[in-house]
Amino acid sequence: MVQYSQTRFDVSFAALSDATRRGVLERLGRADASITELAEKFHMTLTGMKKHVSVLEQAGLVTTEKVGRVRTCKLGLRRLEEEAAWIERYRQLWAARFDELDNIVEELKRKEKVDGRKKRG
Amino acid sequence: MDARREGEATRMKNSTTVERKSERELVLTRTFNGPARLVFEAWTKPELLKRWWVPKSAGMSLLSCEMDVRVGGKYRFEFGHVEAAKPMAFFGSYLEVIPSSRLVWTNEESDEGAITTLTFEEKGGKTLVVMHELYPSKEALDSSIAGMPDGMEETFAQLDELLVTLCASVGRS
Repeated sequence: MVQYSQTRFDVSFAALSDATRRGVLERLGRADASITELAEKFHMTLTGMKKHVSVLEQAGLVTTEKVGRVRTCKLGLRRLEEEAAWIERYRQLWAARFDELDNIVEELKRKEKVDGRKKRG
Repeated sequence: MDARREGEATRMKNSTTVERKSERELVLTRTFNGPARLVFEAWTKPELLKRWWVPKSAGMSLLSCEMDVRVGGKYRFEFGHVEAAKPMAFFGSYLEVIPSSRLVWTNEESDEGAITTLTFEEKGGKTLVVMHELYPSKEALDSSIAGMPDGMEETFAQLDELLVTLCASVGRS
């Protein structure tokens, strides 16, 4: 299992080590695109772009779907999981802040009660 | 019996939710067991904010906290982190200030920072706080999520973490 994990890790890092492939991910983050569109955008041959996309696909960073003669690329599940993981970390940060804020609200409530009693007395 | 159960429920922590409502919006909600004026106070007085904004578990410390809570007033928070060499600063200005009800501010530490709108709704002695963050574009929110306004280092680090989690879950199944 350790070996398997290490392999996945290596595949992802290898996929991200190339500037063009990182550019492709950023581009797909904005909208899905066909291999032809990506090749044009990055001034590359279709074959060259196909190779890059295939590396990203193997790493789970991109998925592709062929409809008719056009192969459309979109961000893979892993990118979506990354967003979900970020949102969960963000939620945890705020939940921790708010737990502390609870204590302060309790303290202010107690203080108001005491002050109220003093005023009445 | 029911009264006791209710008592237990109020001692339990209220849940915090975060949702990406659209391409440009994040929405966070939380209910507090107290009136809106007190929650608002804890959010707008630096001596109180200091005590909750940096949770003990986060490995961060608040070095300074300046807030001039009025329309057009500025704020600036500086944090230290055990892993960061330089302090991180968060700053901006208040666009709307309606005591116990509404607070709107800018986040200017990034060129494409969000506008944050905080609303306080009081009901039966409890207050629902909704924090709405509106980014100027989808890309701005995406890169905030990926933590990569320039360079991919943060993303690499996050991918790192994610892979460890993913691999761990593969290992379990």
